[in-house]
Amino acid sequence: MSLQNVMVTADIAARRRSGVMAALVVLVVLLALISLGIGPVRLSPVTVIDALFGAGSDVQQVIVREIRLPRTILGFAIGAILGLSGAALQGLLRNPLASPSLFGAPQSAAFGAVLVIALGLADVRSYALPVAAIAMAFASVFVLLMIAGRNAGLLILILAGLAISSLAGAATALVMNLSSNPFAVLEIAFWLLGSLEDRSFRHVMLALPFIVAGAIILLSQRNAFRALTLGEETAQSLGVDIGRLRLTVIVGVALGVGGAVAVAGTIGFIGLVAPHLMRPLIGHDPARLLVPSALTGAALLLLADIAVRIIPSTSDIKVGVLTSIIGVPFFLYLIKRERRALGGGVA
Amino acid sequence: MTGAAFLTAQGLNVELAGRIVLKDVSLSLSPGHLVALVGPNGAGKTTLLRALAGLVPSSGAVHVGGVALSSLSLGERARRFAYLPQGHIVHWPLPGRDIVALGRYPHGATDPARLTPRDTEAVLRAMQATDVVEFSDRRVTELSGGERSRVALARVFAVEAPVILADEPTSSLDPRHQIDVMKSLRTAADQGTLVMVVTHDLGLAARFADTVLVLSDGRLVSQGAPAEALSEEIMGEVFRISAYRAEYRREAVIVPWAEI
Repeated sequence: MSLQNVMVTADIAARRRSGVMAALVVLVVLLALISLGIGPVRLSPVTVIDALFGAGSDVQQVIVREIRLPRTILGFAIGAILGLSGAALQGLLRNPLASPSLFGAPQSAAFGAVLVIALGLADVRSYALPVAAIAMAFASVFVLLMIAGRNAGLLILILAGLAISSLAGAATALVMNLSSNPFAVLEIAFWLLGSLEDRSFRHVMLALPFIVAGAIILLSQRNAFRALTLGEETAQSLGVDIGRLRLTVIVGVALGVGGAVAVAGTIGFIGLVAPHLMRPLIGHDPARLLVPSALTGAALLLLADIAVRIIPSTSDIKVGVLTSIIGVPFFLYLIKRERRALGGGVA
Repeated sequence: MTGAAFLTAQGLNVELAGRIVLKDVSLSLSPGHLVALVGPNGAGKTTLLRALAGLVPSSGAVHVGGVALSSLSLGERARRFAYLPQGHIVHWPLPGRDIVALGRYPHGATDPARLTPRDTEAVLRAMQATDVVEFSDRRVTELSGGERSRVALARVFAVEAPVILADEPTSSLDPRHQIDVMKSLRTAADQGTLVMVVTHDLGLAARFADTVLVLSDGRLVSQGAPAEALSEEIMGEVFRISAYRAEYRREAVIVPWAEI
C-alpha cells in the first residue's frame, strides 16, 4: 500500500460513516412522524407535519402537538440517552457487555423515585423525583466501579451489576411492601414497567434538562474513550486523567438515566443493543459510536413505542416490557458470542 | 555517559499497596542513548518506568529536560514521554492507522479522521520506520503478535517524544522480530531520542544498549556500559547465574549459562 492510499482509505471510511449517520437521521425523523400519527386517531405523516406547523384542523393540532408530541419527544430523548449511555459505558470499560441496565442504574434510579413517591415527598410531577432518581443512579454506578476496581474483568462487572440491580429491586419491593395504600402500590408497579403513555410537556420539562446535560457530558469525553482502546495505563500516558474521566462518565450516565427513569420508569436493554447494531456499520471506534448509538437508541425506543400501540392486546403493553422481551434474548446471544472471554473471566 | 543529562531522578521512592517497590533510585540519562533496564522478576523495573513517566505516585525528584515532572500537566508529560506498556493491549479492533494516530493524542489530534498535515506526516513517518504501512486498514486484533508489536511501536514513535519508555517490547516475539524491534529503537536513539527498554533478555541488552541499569529488589545496584554493568559479580549476586561472555563484531555477547 502506498502512502497516499493510507489517507485515501481513511476518507472512504469517513464517507461511509456519514452515509450511515444520514440514514439514521432520516429513520429517526420518519419514526417520529409515525409515532405522532399512531393512536386512536390515525393521521398520515403529511397531516402530522401540517398539524405540527399549525395547519390542519384544531382537533388534529391538539392531538399532534399536545397529546402525542410530548410522548414522541420523550421517546426520542430517552432512547437517545440510553443508547449514548450504553456506548459510553462500553467505551469506558472497554467491554461490549456494559450497559446501564446490566449495572443496575435504571433499577436504582427507580428505587430512588419510588422512595420519594411512597414517602409522600413528591407527586409524580415534581423535580424531587428526577433528583432522587439521579442520586440513586449515581450511587449505583459509583459503587459498581468502586467494586470493579481499575481493570475489572467482565465477570466482576456482571456479578456486581447483578448484585446492585437485585438490591435495588429488593429495596423497591420493600418500599411497596410497606406502603399502606394499595392503589399507590399498583400505580408504582405499572410505572416501574416503563411507559411513555399519557406524558405531558410537564414530564418533558422534568426530564429533558437532565437528559441533555447528561448527553453533553458524555459526548465531551468521547476522545478519551478512543485513547482507552489502548488500556487505562496507556491512555493515562497519552494525557487522559482516568480518575476524572470515570467520575465524569458516572455523572453523565446518572443524569441521563436518572432523568429518563423519573418520567418513564425502567426501560432496559436499549443501551446494550444500540452500540452493537452500529459496530458493523460504523466500526469499533468507541468515540465514533456515541452519536450513532444515540440515534439508534432513539429509533429503537420510538419503534418499540409505536409497536405497543399497534400490537393488538386486551390491555396495553408497557414499552419497558417490550424492550426487555426483545433485549434479553439479544443479551443471551451476545453472551454466547463472547463465551470465550466470559469463560476466561476477563474482558 | 556523554552529553548533558535529559532525564534525571534523585532519591526516587515508590510504595504500592504498603510495599516499598523502589528504594532511593537515582539516575541521570542523556539523549541519544539506548538504556536497558534489567533485573530479576519483581525487582521494580516496570514501576521505575511508570514512576519516570509519572504514571504512579512517587516521592523524590524527577526532572525531564530540566523541568520537574511534578510541575508538568498530564498533557505536557504525555508529549515528553512515549510509553509502551507490556502486552500491546488493544481492546477494540481498530485499523492500524487509527492506533498509530493515537500517538498524536498528546498533541491535540484526538480524532484520527481529522489530523493536521503535521500529525499526518508524523503518523506516516512512524509507520514507515516500523514498516507497518501495509497494516493501515487491517484490524490490529487480526494481526500476528509480531505485526501487532510493530504497530504498537509505531504508535510510540508517532508521539515524537524526546523520551521513549518501552516495557518488555520484545517479550513473546520470535528472534527475528526481537532484533527488528530493538533495531528500530536503536535507530530512534541514534536520531537523538532517549530510549529506555525494560527487558529480561540480557543478550539483547548487551548487544543493543549503550547503558545497562541493573535493578535488584527496588535498588539500582549497577549501571554502565553493558559489559561493566553486567559484570560476573552482578550476574552472580543479582541474577544468581553464570554467563558465557564474549565479543562478536565488537559488541558484547552475554549468554546466561547456568544457575549458581
